[in-house]
Amino acid sequence: MAKVQMTVNGKSVAGTVEDRTLLVDYLRDGRNLTGTHVGCDTSQCGACVVHVDGKAVKSCTMLAVQADGSDITTIEGLAAGGDLHPMQAAFRENHGLQCGFCTPGMIMSAVDMVNRLGGDLDEGTIRAELEGNICRCTGYHNIVKSIAAGASAMGAGSKQAAE
Amino acid sequence: MYETTYHRASSADDAVSRASSAGDGKFLSGGMTLLPTMKQRLAAPSDLIDVTHIADMKGVSVSGSTVTIGAATTHAEVANDAGLKKACSSLANLASHIGDPAVRNRGTIGGSIANNDPAADYPAAMLALGATIHTTKREVSADEFFTGMFETALADDELITAVSFDAPSKGAYAKFPNPASRYAMAGVYVAQSGGDVRVAVTGASSDGVYRAADMESALAGSFNEGAIDGCSVDEGNMLSDIHGSAAYRANLVKVMAKRAVAAAG
Repeated sequence: MAKVQMTVNGKSVAGTVEDRTLLVDYLRDGRNLTGTHVGCDTSQCGACVVHVDGKAVKSCTMLAVQADGSDITTIEGLAAGGDLHPMQAAFRENHGLQCGFCTPGMIMSAVDMVNRLGGDLDEGTIRAELEGNICRCTGYHNIVKSIAAGASAMGAGSKQAAE
Repeated sequence: MYETTYHRASSADDAVSRASSAGDGKFLSGGMTLLPTMKQRLAAPSDLIDVTHIADMKGVSVSGSTVTIGAATTHAEVANDAGLKKACSSLANLASHIGDPAVRNRGTIGGSIANNDPAADYPAAMLALGATIHTTKREVSADEFFTGMFETALADDELITAVSFDAPSKGAYAKFPNPASRYAMAGVYVAQSGGDVRVAVTGASSDGVYRAADMESALAGSFNEGAIDGCSVDEGNMLSDIHGSAAYRANLVKVMAKRAVAAAG
């Protein structure tokens, strides 16, 4: 067993985990943050994407102990109180989801995309950057539209910190 | 995943000493291959020694034409390094097409090279660039380092600390990614420095990454796509699986080689 301490959505948390515990399992079972999903469990589908020290990471392929001392943001950490994050609002407005299972990972990847590349994203860039996020319902069209709108709402042309 | 004990190494020496005293220790870098393998219970190391917090093993430095990349540098860091983009844009470009953005934030060059997956991209780059692999024991040329599919010259308690190479005057990497996994079904890295041309092929051969000697001599004579036409790729050495037959891969190697030459300009 190992002791871990990290900041999750702005709150300092500490706990004891097995060394083999995956970060996604610690977040879901240890911290009750069930917005982060386990889809494929093989680091391909992206439903488990969270931000570790500001970078998008597949939390099904990282141990909780590897994140010891890190700053984690999950989908639950994006909204400011009752106000949805602009990327969340864009997914709602543009019907960027159907069953919703992939959505937390899509949104975390989308916010990471804007943090890295700025708010002015063309369709080709968004589709290429979604390489690691799989959706089995929408056909991606409205997800791409949502991300373009969310990116622009986050601040066109600026690499704005979203968290 | 079977039980394991995690260690965070503070230096390369610390990592090696922890690995040596473990029953069946493994170095853990980005974990993009090792952790999935452990989850499938295909690997069960007693100890994991995390090398990603070793400051000396991170970052890209360019000094004149010599490029040095710390083993724990992530694919995203290699892809976005301004100095590398200037000195050897073909390698930065290769890194920007490994896996997906989240994978690139974790996976490292040292981990990729140590694993030597027959479909990984970096081994082709190391061979084509004539890189030197720096370890805790020695310096090894890429030609001697990659010894077969998932096989390298590394000893169990030997850790890659960095790679270095002289930037070529021209270089490019072209790959045909598997449409589902995005691993290379054939990837060819071409590098030219003076009259010397090196061509390395990944993804295609059942022996893992290799240098295509006949393409190298053809391109040394005349560096253009047409030079590849006269070269033959032996189907007998090619992988054959549900993704593509040996003949298909042999053809892909030539097509990717041509694309790489065209991109190198």
